[in-house]
Amino acid sequence: MSIDSDHRAQRRLHPLGVRLMHWTNAIAMFVMITSGWGIYDDYVIIPGLHFGQAVRLGSWAVPSLQWHFAGMWLLAVNGVAYLLYGIITGRLRERLLPIRWSEVRKTVLDTLHLRIEHDDLTVYNAVQKLLYIVVIVAGISQVVTGLLIWKPVQFSKGVALLGGFQAVRLEHFLGMAVIVGFVVVHVALSFLVPRTLWAMLSGGPRLPRAAVRAPEART
Amino acid sequence: MKSPFRPAKLPDPAILDDHRPLIRSLERRGLIRGGLSLGALTMLTGCDVDSSASIDKGLRLISAWNDRVQGALFDPNKLAPTYPASMVLKPPKFNAYYDITELKPVDGQNWRLELAGLIKDKRPWTAERLAALPQVDMVIRHICVEGWDYIGEWSGPTLRSFLERVGADLTAKYVAFKTADDYPSSIDMATALHPQTLLATKYAGETLADPFGFPLRLRMATKLGYKNPKWITAIEVTNKYPGGYWESLGENWFGGI
Repeated sequence: MSIDSDHRAQRRLHPLGVRLMHWTNAIAMFVMITSGWGIYDDYVIIPGLHFGQAVRLGSWAVPSLQWHFAGMWLLAVNGVAYLLYGIITGRLRERLLPIRWSEVRKTVLDTLHLRIEHDDLTVYNAVQKLLYIVVIVAGISQVVTGLLIWKPVQFSKGVALLGGFQAVRLEHFLGMAVIVGFVVVHVALSFLVPRTLWAMLSGGPRLPRAAVRAPEART
Repeated sequence: MKSPFRPAKLPDPAILDDHRPLIRSLERRGLIRGGLSLGALTMLTGCDVDSSASIDKGLRLISAWNDRVQGALFDPNKLAPTYPASMVLKPPKFNAYYDITELKPVDGQNWRLELAGLIKDKRPWTAERLAALPQVDMVIRHICVEGWDYIGEWSGPTLRSFLERVGADLTAKYVAFKTADDYPSSIDMATALHPQTLLATKYAGETLADPFGFPLRLRMATKLGYKNPKWITAIEVTNKYPGGYWESLGENWFGGI
């Protein structure tokens, strides 16, 4: 086997499918968040908190609703595809597990001392892993609470389980806040370390074969 | 107080006729085209998206697709939760596309309910005859598309018992309503036959007050608030898509919860 074919057989950090799903998700999230702000403004949850027309998708409530209930298909179909891909290929486990609390603590302390290491893009630090898991869980939670707000009678048991209609509305709002918080950090860091942004466009470095073949060996 | 649900610019009522062919011409091919272009359309959000007719068309096609999804999700045997009478809000919330000061009460003495379409006995009904039908009482949650909600107690005959009594074609697709406040509305037959779909004449045990639809309004436990027309003057059973006031402005037609 020549070096060349061996090289080609190596998987990139972000295979094409992952990149497509990442940017599709970026579009879907943009649509859902900004149209959601338009819907929110008709009956606010936090008195005094409004989202201005400039950041809303839709000139008034009905177009915002149309965008939200169109974007939900893009978000849900892409999200299910991503999770299935991540589970079947083992990517989610390989990239995000295990998380050690001692590492989380060390990374937080390092970051507070402005020691941010991103020499090796193929390995996520413990805080990155934790944040990616939080945002994936928040995304799943948004789909569930969104479904319950859409169909509170058909799924009345689910609504009761989560504390009632207004409670689910609040949970849907808080889920948005978590995702927006993640996006702010995620985008800011991608500009601080532009190689990560480039990797999500071009595929990034090739992974060592061992990591592809036996993720469980990486401890 | 101006309703927050009212758009800043009121549209030309002719818009309803303008978009009727669009909804009728809904085809699978158009739906796929609309769905595929959505991803590309979202990139244009820097522009004034709502002024773009093609984006509006695409969004309406997806909304029509969502009508079908909701029809499939709707379980005709699933009952909405009910609540104790102690939770009932008195009086209920007024909400319309106009201000309460513009309300034009209906004269109950001269009021008649006209019938049209696929109905055998089209003789108009009086309030007395409606009161003679078996009465049903329900304490249910009203949910507005804006996000607010309250619990209300509604009574009257079920729409099903009324439709059966007048010999309506229960296999037809739509039941449409005309109202004294020019708020046309329509629902699917499955919801019309749901046991918690009432032709309500009473709220909290008393005759409906003027602002809430006297003498007759629709009250469904399985649809959003805007789907419940008040001050009903005519009912039509039809297979032709009838649309509605908010629907003509782009609001989702099925509006199920």
